This record gives sequence, structure tokens and C-alpha cells, in this order.
Amino acid sequence: MTTLPDTTRPGQKKLGLVIDLDTCVGCQACAVSCKEWNTQGYSAPLTDLEPYGPDPSGAWLNRIHGYETGEGDNARGLHFPRSCLHCETPACVTVCPTGASYKREEDGIVLVNPDTCIGCKLCSWACPYGAREYDQDDGVMKKCTLCVDRIYNENLEPEDRKPACVKACPTGARHFGDLGDENSGVSQLVKSRGGFELLPQMDYKPVNRYLPPRARRDKAGDVEAAPLETVGKGDGSLAERVFSWIDEVLS
Amino acid sequence: MHPAYSVILFTTASGAGYGLLALLGLTGANHGSASDFWFGAASMLVALGLITVGLLSSTFHLGHPERAWRAFSQWRSSWLSREGVLAVATYVPACLFGLLWVMPDSNEILLKLLGTVTAILAMVTVVCTAMIYASLPTIRAWRHWMVVPVYLIFSIATGAALLFALASVFGRTGIPALGIITIVALTLAAVAKLIYWAGIDNMKPMYTMGDATGLGGDVRQWELPHTSENYIQSEMGFRVARKHGQKLRMIVGGCLVAAMVLVWLAFAFGGGAGPVLAVLAVVLAGVGAVVERWLFFAQAKHVVSLFYGEQSV
Repeated sequence: MTTLPDTTRPGQKKLGLVIDLDTCVGCQACAVSCKEWNTQGYSAPLTDLEPYGPDPSGAWLNRIHGYETGEGDNARGLHFPRSCLHCETPACVTVCPTGASYKREEDGIVLVNPDTCIGCKLCSWACPYGAREYDQDDGVMKKCTLCVDRIYNENLEPEDRKPACVKACPTGARHFGDLGDENSGVSQLVKSRGGFELLPQMDYKPVNRYLPPRARRDKAGDVEAAPLETVGKGDGSLAERVFSWIDEVLS
Repeated sequence: MHPAYSVILFTTASGAGYGLLALLGLTGANHGSASDFWFGAASMLVALGLITVGLLSSTFHLGHPERAWRAFSQWRSSWLSREGVLAVATYVPACLFGLLWVMPDSNEILLKLLGTVTAILAMVTVVCTAMIYASLPTIRAWRHWMVVPVYLIFSIATGAALLFALASVFGRTGIPALGIITIVALTLAAVAKLIYWAGIDNMKPMYTMGDATGLGGDVRQWELPHTSENYIQSEMGFRVARKHGQKLRMIVGGCLVAAMVLVWLAFAFGGGAGPVLAVLAVVLAGVGAVVERWLFFAQAKHVVSLFYGEQSV
């Protein structure tokens, strides 16, 4: 059903991601891990066309952009992962003519039912964040499932019940949790770091949050360090001089 | 936005079909049975034929056309679904009206009722088509208040040109009301489009790359996420039309004006050349509508293009 569930109840679970733009290094591990998991999970197949040809294309659920802000000494580059934000009022769901797109009442995850999607692409037009990619080969729309087939999967160890992208991130820039719960780790993180939502003006009420890059520090801190160990200025013994000579020859 | 040929064909062909259908419904409601069986039958066939071709072509761009029937289910929230429901629902009174209309001495009250219902449903279907686009907050050019009026007036104008040509071909030249309606509708279509174009050209940018990324201020793109174009770029980042936009707009205007002149010539001087001029007017109005619809898609910028290098939309 493409009418939205009532998500205004107190204590409503809002599962989502918190992405740290300060620590993301743009390594693409999350994107690759996402592709790897989802091409065999709920979203399977996640088709690539001509993957080794001159003009490869395909459906990916997570894309990592590179942006630059500021000027001169204040210019900085940053990496910007972009995926479905599991909005609270997603127009991608309400425009769906078949009911294939839906928002889950129990946790707010936005999903596409691949068995009833007709591939009209209207949902991708309705999304301001470019979160939906059409699978040319499969003829249906694909999107981030928040790894719904991992996070509740009792066949996995409890510590693995996280989205694949979160598990893969080597810098811990991706966090997963319940943003509907004020006391959850992710909510606290958003609070302490001033996390923001994308395009709040459009009123889609995204659940995912981004943590802004930390303020720039112009120079490294002064660190009291011991002087480097000296070589060849020892006790002047024969052995010391031989080693000193070897050291010079080898240097 | 990428202009898919199937969607352009769908909106223009079914638009003309619904315009013609609405005019036929009103004609039947006001004047009773068709004055000539073959004229009535041919007009109804052209109207329903164009609608059917349009609806079928709209399923060509689907990934799974065999599941298209599912699109009738979500009319509570989706304009696309509403359009599908109304498109199918319109066939019922339209077919009944058509049968009754081509028969001589049909029950006038029934004809009036069916003709009016058919005309209303046809126009409401066109409104639903327009609302599929006008309801998307992500494409500002489509949120313009003229989008629904433009769809309606193009539907009526192309439908009127068709009706005028059909009447001419079947020897019914010189019906003043029909000639006037066609010329007025074509004029209104051109004016509506001018207002729309002026409107979208003067839209001040609302969102910037800084807004989209939440980074604020001046944000530049230095690295794309992928080496070749992806679906988002090809579907939502279509740029070809920016170059030829003005010329194509002039072609639309030229086609509409030429169609008007031809209708006027056929109407005023008619004679043997009347039907030829009238059919030529339909072709010109059709070309104008197709180019207009192509531009409607091609010149519309999507908010997502901000993530792919567009500075503001």
C-alpha cells in the first residue's frame, strides 16, 4: 500500500544511518560491500551491464561523491556517501501506482517489492536524493534496503546484524541505529556533533543524518618529543667506531 | 529530464484523443445524433484509437508491461494510478455514447447524459496526466501553475484540429462554431505556452549545491562517484535541449500559428482544398504538440542534478 503509515506515534522506531563527513575517506568500501551483499540478497540481482566494457553501467544503492568547499587556505575536500535516507514522508512511495513501494510501519524502512514493481520509474523522479536506481536488466527499481535481510537475520552473529556498508567502513564513518529513540547511540551522536538532514526545505523528513566536517585546524599541535637517538657519538670504543663506519657506508 | 519517446507519444496522442472525444461528447450532448453515420463512426474511431495507441505506448517504457494492471490499485495516493483508472473508466461511457451517437434518432436525454459524462471524464483524465508531473516537488518547472492548463488546452486544441479535419473530409465544411473553436483553442495553446516558458525562464533558483549537500555556501564537485554515466544522470540530468531550446520553442509557436492559418484558410475559402488544408493543420498542430512535450521534459531540471554538478535549480 503506497499510502504512508502513521509514523508520528511516540516511540516510533526510525532505523537509519548517520554518516560522518569528517572521517569518511572515500575508499568506496561501503559501496562495494553494499553491492556485494545486495546482489545476492533482497535486491538480487543488482545488475551491471558491460561491467568490463568501455561504458559500464549498473544499479548501485550507494554512491560516494567528492565535493570541495571554501577558498584558498580554507578550501577542503570531502567525501559524500549518498544513499536512501528512508524519509518519513517519502513522495517516492506515494507516487507508486502499484503499491510496490512501501514504508514499513514497524521500523520506517522504505522498500520496493520486486515482484509487483512495474518499472515505471516515477518513484525515481519523485526522489530529490537520487536514491533509486533502475535495474535495466531486471526491469524493476532498486534502492537501499538498510540491509533488512541482515539486521534481523538470526543466522548471522549479533555483531554482524548491521547494514553491510556500516560493517565495511574502515574509519567508522557510518553508524546504524534507531533515530526515533532519543537515547540511542546514533541520536546522541547526532546531538553531540550537530548532525543535519539533507534538503529539509523539501519536507521529505529524511531519517538519515550527516555529521558535518569538524572545524579546520591550521597547524599541528606542539608535541614535546625526545630528541632522536644519536648514532656514532657514543663512548668512542673500537666496536662503536666500527659500527659507526658500517653505518656511514650503508647510509 | 530525459524525454522518453513512449511518454511523449502517450501524452500527445492520448491528449488529442481525449480532446476530440470531449468535443464529440459535447457535440452529441448539444446537437443530438451525428448528422452522418460515417462521420460519427470515423470520429469516434479516431478518438478512441488515439487514446488506445497512447495508452499502449505508455506501457512500452515499463520494465514489466505484463504487470501494468497493478497500476489501477493505488488511486488513493498516486496520480499515475488515478490516471490509469480514469483512462479505463472513460471507455465505458465513451463507447456507449459512440454507439448511441452514430444511430439516428437516439434517446436525446441519454445522449446528453452520456455525452456530458464522456466529455467530463476525458478532461479529468487529461488533468490526471498533467498532475503526474505537476505533483512532483523535485522538478520545479513542472510545479508551475500553467502545467495543468497547458495539458488541457493542448488536448482541446489538437482535438479540435482533428475534429475540424474530420468534418472537412466528410464534407462538413463551413461550420462556423467548429472553425472558431479550433482557431481560438490553437491561439490559447500558443499563449499558454508563452506564459509557461516565461514563467520557468524567470524562476529564481531555489536550491543550491550547498543546500543539497548540507555543506552550505560555495560547494564544488571534484569527483564523481562513478566513471561512466549512471541511471540518475541519464534519466534526470538530460542536457541536450538547453542548447536548442529557443529554436525548438519557435518551431512550436510556428507550427501552432501555421495550423491556425490553415484552419482559417480552409474555413474561409474551403472548396476542394479544404480537407487537404485541414489535415495539414492537424499534422502541424501535432508536430507542435510533440515538440512542446519534448521540451516540457528536456528543459525541466531535477533537484538531484545538484549532487551531480549543477550549481542551482
